Amino acid sequence: MNLSTQAKITWCPGCPDFAILVAFRQTIEMLCSEEKLKIENIVVGAGIGCHGKIADYLNMNTFNSLHGRLVPALTGIKIAAPHCKVIGFTGDGDSFSEGLSHLVHGAQKNTDITLFLHNNQTFALTVGQATGTSPKGFKGGSTPFGSVDEPFVPLSLVLAAGATFVARTYALDIEGTKKIMKAAIEHKGFAFVEIIQPCITFFDTREHFKDLVYWIAENEYDTTNFDAATLFLGKENGKVPLGIFYNVIKETFEEKI
Amino acid sequence: MHMNTENNSHAKVFTVCVGGAAGDGIRETGTSISSLLHKLGFETFFSSNYPSLIRGGHNFSRISFSKEKVFNDHRTIDVLIAINAESVKVHLNDLKKDAVIFVESAYYDDVRDLFPNTVSLTMRGFAEEVQSAPIARTSVALGAFCYVLGMTKEKMNTLIPEVFAGVGLHRNGVLAEKGYVYVEEKKLSKIEGVEFGEGLHGELIDANRAVAKGMIAAGLEYYIGYPMTPSTPILHFLAKVQKEHHLKVIHPEDEISVMNMALGISYAGKRVAVGTASGGFALMGEVFSFSGIAELPVVTIVSQRKSPATGVPTNTGQSDLRFVLHAGHGDFPRMVVAPGDAEEAYYAGAHAMNLAWKYQVSPIILLDKHISESVSVADLDQEKIEVNKGKMFNMTEGGENYKRYAITEDGVSPLAFPGMEKVVTKVTSYDHDESGIGTEIPAKVKEMGEKRARKLEYLLAEPELKGAVKIYGDKESEDVIIFWGSTKGAVLEAAKYIEKPVKIVQILWVEPLAADLLTHILFHMHKIICVEGNSSAQLAGLIREKTGVEVTDKILQYDALPFDPMELAEKINALLAQ
Repeated sequence: MNLSTQAKITWCPGCPDFAILVAFRQTIEMLCSEEKLKIENIVVGAGIGCHGKIADYLNMNTFNSLHGRLVPALTGIKIAAPHCKVIGFTGDGDSFSEGLSHLVHGAQKNTDITLFLHNNQTFALTVGQATGTSPKGFKGGSTPFGSVDEPFVPLSLVLAAGATFVARTYALDIEGTKKIMKAAIEHKGFAFVEIIQPCITFFDTREHFKDLVYWIAENEYDTTNFDAATLFLGKENGKVPLGIFYNVIKETFEEKI
Repeated sequence: MHMNTENNSHAKVFTVCVGGAAGDGIRETGTSISSLLHKLGFETFFSSNYPSLIRGGHNFSRISFSKEKVFNDHRTIDVLIAINAESVKVHLNDLKKDAVIFVESAYYDDVRDLFPNTVSLTMRGFAEEVQSAPIARTSVALGAFCYVLGMTKEKMNTLIPEVFAGVGLHRNGVLAEKGYVYVEEKKLSKIEGVEFGEGLHGELIDANRAVAKGMIAAGLEYYIGYPMTPSTPILHFLAKVQKEHHLKVIHPEDEISVMNMALGISYAGKRVAVGTASGGFALMGEVFSFSGIAELPVVTIVSQRKSPATGVPTNTGQSDLRFVLHAGHGDFPRMVVAPGDAEEAYYAGAHAMNLAWKYQVSPIILLDKHISESVSVADLDQEKIEVNKGKMFNMTEGGENYKRYAITEDGVSPLAFPGMEKVVTKVTSYDHDESGIGTEIPAKVKEMGEKRARKLEYLLAEPELKGAVKIYGDKESEDVIIFWGSTKGAVLEAAKYIEKPVKIVQILWVEPLAADLLTHILFHMHKIICVEGNSSAQLAGLIREKTGVEVTDKILQYDALPFDPMELAEKINALLAQ
């Protein structure tokens, strides 16, 4: 299976997006070789931003959407082609700045789509401004004296909105990311995965996250319990937990309509 | 079509108006009256006027009817049914000299001195007597109207069951009979000169429902909409009939989502339409441009209200022609059809859907409140509509060889969809190469832009586009009236009263415009009068741009009301007499 294209990859050399691309290709190869999916029955969407370039690098059905508008397009694809597995890549500018309402409503609908958030906490393709997930005080082109907003917590937000699968991984942990990607893709319903993806050019957080990320134990708490998941994601202990935090099966949008 | 602009003879047109507060069932009463008139074989045109609120305010339904085709309702009234005193006051200046007013008895004393032929009618009282809800009280007036129309009571009683089709039939029938007998006993004089119609044909329908039916006939599978007057009834209608027509109808969080969802559906190979008003379409702008570069067909219905911004939400206007013609950033082929009545809306819906898929272009069907919600007699023939699925990729060539944006002579690349064996179909909002991968290589950017643009030449040769300029009236005349969209009704109705023979030209498909044909029609004409419902003469400007011809006169109305045919006829007569 050759999942690469003729397109020249234009991410910065060393960008963790390469790691995400590798993890994704290997996950798809695994799912196809296990005959869990057929390659022609997969559609991959992407928004606009550095993450969005991934569409050009995949020899698969792709839908490279507008900035911030990926979720409704994927919803349309899923309801019109229910036989397809619909997966999307988005960024923090692409989902938590422009078009946030679509993400919230997508989670509310519980459409069977899988969304991978490249969270680098900055607008990178437009050379470094604060997004909805940038830490308060972020200094960028539009906030030279530091940003003033508290950041959104992506997983708490989508969990509250109705996502039925909520997980986090770290881009530079390719094996860990593959496990999470596989589980998320196999989930039926709105699956949301935050991938912590340091931007090595405009907001290099590699050193910061290196020691903070940790994988939660399998029996840390009951991940089918909404209150327990809400409580866990809301806890602040200075660390950044990775893993699947919430995983339940509910009727999907395309089943309901 | 019964148009007699040559000898200026026409059958008399009568108008009945029902006025009351929002919540009084004014639209429903208008529906009953026009249904009754249609069943009697009359040609009818029924418009509704209401403010943007749910209860109170002045609402009215106005139905003009005649033995011959009625293209638009008239402001001057023969019969006024007034549920409250305000209705009499609002319409007082519109009453013909020999008109009759039926006013709810409680308000009779308030208005009796305003107009000689004012009849007190016990509507609420009779409804209470038969223990009916107050909403049914207008059936008393319906009975009184039947009497003055010259119907026998027996005829009325046979038609009432058809008009109400089971809904509160018994009480409405009893109330209509009470109204009929009440005015019969008063020996009221009947309307003079009523000629009954020549035979029942067609159906009563507004452009909103007609356009929806046209799209269904051409294979609509998904409809996505966010409510906004005057397009909301399309959403409601399709949502209601979705099961019987195997449609899915979805109302997402906003118009931006509407259009993006539609593009996803189109990408998956399903026939989809969206509907909105002008303001909602403004929100869709970026996505509309995406449909252009990605060549994803979506039919878009835009029903104009009085703009700009929130404007006058429940009134009409034609001020968004230029807006939709230029909607979406960038150069890509656009299509705009502006039907002038429900019948044209039906075929526009069907043709737009087929051409969208044949050319992978997203056509706009431009309506406005006046035709979206006005009900007239239309002949809709599903037999005339075939489903064109567009150019499909030949799978024997091998799915692995598929290129979504293959360069072709007519600019149309064959279609394939996710799920087809070995097919990789890539779409993107970026400029792209034949395989749908983003590109910034100048030669490829140019080549793909030219591929898309080539479609327009082929589109212009389509029969629908060739017939996109319609000519009425005296074809030899050197004076021309030119219009687009819902103004058709007022212009053709006014034509019955225009004293000099005149050629009348309608632009149905505004983009791509049959400019050569239009230049041929307009060149060397004496007078060219452009009639539009906006203040900037948008069609006149377009004619100048595309043909080099400057119109000589403009009749523009921009008070959020549709044209009144009689007033328009006066203005045209004055211009033609110069």
